Amino acid sequence: MKIGVYPGCSLTGSARDYNESVFALAKAFDIELVQVPDWNCCGATAAHNLNRELSLSLPARILATAEKNGLDEILVPCAACYSRLIVTQHELKKNPELKNRINEIIGMDYRGTTKLINVIEWIDASIIPNLEGKITKPFDYKVACYYGCLMVRPNKVLNYDRAEDPQTMDIVMEKIGAHALYFPFKTECCGAGLSVSRTDTVSKLSGKIIEDAVHRGADTLIVACPMCHSNLDMRRPDINKYWKSDFKLPVMYVTQAIGLAIGLTPKEVGLQRHFVKVNIS
Amino acid sequence: MSHSEHSIERDSLAYAIEKHVEVHAQKCYQCGKCSAGCPVAEEMDLPPSLVMRLLQTEKSSNDDKVLRSESIWLCLTCEMCLSRCPMEIDIPSMMDYLRQRSRSEKKVNPKMKNIVSFHKAFLHSIQYTGRLFELGLILDYKRQSLKLTQDMMLAPKMISNGKLHFIPELLKDMPHITKIFKKTIVEGGSK
Repeated sequence: MKIGVYPGCSLTGSARDYNESVFALAKAFDIELVQVPDWNCCGATAAHNLNRELSLSLPARILATAEKNGLDEILVPCAACYSRLIVTQHELKKNPELKNRINEIIGMDYRGTTKLINVIEWIDASIIPNLEGKITKPFDYKVACYYGCLMVRPNKVLNYDRAEDPQTMDIVMEKIGAHALYFPFKTECCGAGLSVSRTDTVSKLSGKIIEDAVHRGADTLIVACPMCHSNLDMRRPDINKYWKSDFKLPVMYVTQAIGLAIGLTPKEVGLQRHFVKVNIS
Repeated sequence: MSHSEHSIERDSLAYAIEKHVEVHAQKCYQCGKCSAGCPVAEEMDLPPSLVMRLLQTEKSSNDDKVLRSESIWLCLTCEMCLSRCPMEIDIPSMMDYLRQRSRSEKKVNPKMKNIVSFHKAFLHSIQYTGRLFELGLILDYKRQSLKLTQDMMLAPKMISNGKLHFIPELLKDMPHITKIFKKTIVEGGSK
């Protein structure tokens, strides 16, 4: 099986662990991931905060390149990139005049035909149905599934899961043997793109999420977004300082947990790259 | 034509918001759910529902307050307000418009300078390499914000964890990216 993939910038740098676990899973399930050739940054928070046309043009270039190369479906593991790409499709479908303008800017023929797949949809469609007999080490842990914002909102655009108390990731985790806890902070914002420019705000918001997961007895948080991961994991010293605490709760990508359950080593799924030590193997 | 269009002041910010991003501030009936759910409302000078109210007055002094507020830059685009709004008012899209308008009118709140510097440094990085070069971004941000010692402790561990590149990954078709930036940022005057 072959499918397109848009890794996005984080997966080549600070979320290398996520990238390794996505590709390791794909390999284990005989899925060939084909990168969108010469892909560019989606523009992230900065572009839509500062320039609307740029924030649509950068994703449109990526999507038009995928179309040109016959990639009808692309997996977008980063929830933030996924959001920028799908919002662009939505905006340009709604407004043909804007679509023409963006095509003029990028000098390409963007049509909007690519089907975008988030990581949980990919797992649901390609991993879960082939799981039988593959689980060698059930993920027998209590987990708090953290969806963050962009996996579920804006819900009218994404058309995916419910906006309050979503379940898709919880169901995936239960299928590999985990006990998914009731977790009311699962869609509260971690502080997102303010990580560098307002670290105190991020420490406060991310700390609330960790505190609640710890309070509910979670062994680990499960995430599907590199931005959430870096705020919850890499920013842990700032969080502990802000909250005068010593939270040691690890933060794992959903793909890492599945990888361990099917017998991949911690190293194969990039666990050694985390800032907060993961005592789960 | 929506009911609000024919009554709204043409030089008001609310009118511009309708025209550019099709968001109708007049639909807000002040239930306050946006402010209740907003993760940064307590840090804002104007919580989202108050921004809506000020826009509804269509007074230039209130429009000015909105464009000079900290709130528009603190907004995280988490989309919680839109998700819970009973009138489905797209506050996040409106915030994007307000930020751009605030910059073009040179009304950015001075306390928000670092947030804007970070966004600018981020876009610089993409403009020159096509993809985010995290090390370059941090150095550029430090230069602009003068926060020279911030996050010094992170770098060594990022390097040992293999999470920091020293050399940017350049796109093959960089002229294409340059052209996109030229047609949007440079010609649009939002550099």
